[in-house]
Amino acid sequence: MEKALRKWFPLFVLPTLCAFIIGFIIPFIEGIYLSFCEFTTVADAKFIGLSNFIFALKDWSFWRSFLLTTAFAIASTLVINILALVIALALTGKIKGTNVFRTIFFLPNLIGGIVLGYIWQILINCVLYKVGQPLLALNSQAGFIGLIILTSWQQIGYMMIIYIAGIQNIPDAVLEAAKIDGASKWETLIHVKLPMLMPSITICLFLSITNAFKLFDQNLSLTAGEPGHLTELLAMNIYSTFYSHSGLQWMGIGQAKAVIFFLIVVAIALVQLKATHSKEVQQ
Amino acid sequence: MKKINTNLFLTILFSIICIFHMYPVMMILFNSFKKESAISTSSVFELPTANTFNGISNYVNAIDAQGFLWSLFYSIIITLSSVTLILVCCSMCAWYISRVNSWISKLMYAMCAFSMVAPFQLVMFTLSQTADRFHIGALRFNSPYSICFIYLGFGAGLAVFMFTGFMKSIPVEMEEAAMIDGCNPFQTFFKIVFPVLRPSMISVGILETMWIWNDYLLPTLVLDIKQYKTIPMLIQYFRGSYGSVQMGPMMACVVLTIVPVIIIYLIGQKHIIKGVLSGAVKG
Repeated sequence: MEKALRKWFPLFVLPTLCAFIIGFIIPFIEGIYLSFCEFTTVADAKFIGLSNFIFALKDWSFWRSFLLTTAFAIASTLVINILALVIALALTGKIKGTNVFRTIFFLPNLIGGIVLGYIWQILINCVLYKVGQPLLALNSQAGFIGLIILTSWQQIGYMMIIYIAGIQNIPDAVLEAAKIDGASKWETLIHVKLPMLMPSITICLFLSITNAFKLFDQNLSLTAGEPGHLTELLAMNIYSTFYSHSGLQWMGIGQAKAVIFFLIVVAIALVQLKATHSKEVQQ
Repeated sequence: MKKINTNLFLTILFSIICIFHMYPVMMILFNSFKKESAISTSSVFELPTANTFNGISNYVNAIDAQGFLWSLFYSIIITLSSVTLILVCCSMCAWYISRVNSWISKLMYAMCAFSMVAPFQLVMFTLSQTADRFHIGALRFNSPYSICFIYLGFGAGLAVFMFTGFMKSIPVEMEEAAMIDGCNPFQTFFKIVFPVLRPSMISVGILETMWIWNDYLLPTLVLDIKQYKTIPMLIQYFRGSYGSVQMGPMMACVVLTIVPVIIIYLIGQKHIIKGVLSGAVKG
């Protein structure tokens, strides 16, 4: 069968392969190459070595957005996961209407980032107006907190679903054994449920960290980096380096930043891979 | 007795939380029925009254003047064509990869897994350039009718990865039997494998639909925004020109964008949650 199938390579693989090469491989290789070039289009690229990277690392707005993104990742990951876990634990109990609650919690996840940002901008601006604070366009602190609220609102339902699946996978026999041994509800939670949930927790932690680092749409539509780029996360910083600076050198610097950004994301993914694998060995 | 009380308490508590959770969506809904003069930063929380109620004229206006119907059309065309293309091409490709043991299969698989990590910002500039430059004859990729090819390339990673994972659990014997009975690989795939793939088709389809329907940056960079606007592009585009934009019709647009998503979610809830879950656990 393998032999017969091999002959059909053009039909089975070629369409995807072509699209993949055009849509990913070429842009990816060009992207890496262009980070060492000065350019306005791909055609007029001139090799200039590492200077883009040096400029990118000297650009303090890049460092600021990096620190901001790190802070944002830590804060949003904590908020999302703690709340999602608590809700998941509550909703797997014997409450009436858990399905309705789950449905409602998950719903914001389906709304796109641009629309979400728009909704929350109106809402947060109104709250700020009522309490006499400057609006989002002038208020970087509110913008940062707003981003955390927005992403939590969007992702809690998602993580909750993963946690619920994890909780339902805990065998009843284990919980019963704990009960017979006289463990209280709290002890069961800490010593039985949470350790059994570690795989789900690992997945959710890394999902929310990666999401935080890659966040763009919500950032663009909630604050657009205002005031004065102070609420600009990494992805947004790269975008504005590309498209809202004039000057030949900025394209290259933007591309260099994108490569650094890519390396950060890859590093997170590698740590994740290692973490999930070591968990699998233990079980 | 005490246990029933705690459960009742939790049910009531969660009902209240859920109402707050849904409030941002409700807020947009209420405001979309208000008169233009009644929508301001300070009055967003107020329900429409007899004086400010505007009937459905905001909706008429949105559909009429803001080009919402065209955007809806483009969004539907792009999502449908891309998802169909991804499902058919990637499942075929994944079958080949999982049944033929060669270096090209292994390389494709590794590249697909790798492409899921790469952030869009790394390739955004070069991809938009490639899309503008590259063409097969008269077929260009920067129109809503052919952008699906770009989506196939960029979405292939997740789809091939998930399909390959699922293929490994399908017994090969069935396919071999079909081949012995005289089916060629094409017939074998569409008569034997394709029907078995249904559950994972739904999962992958939902994940890709959620992504493409809400995607903002890729169509913005690839399509000519003056000519073609998808729904996220429309919303972001009109917000760019604040002040001159009528808030009422904008909110109506947002409601019209969210409502179909909610309806589809309520109908296909089980599948959607399952799809999201399998994506999270594998990705």
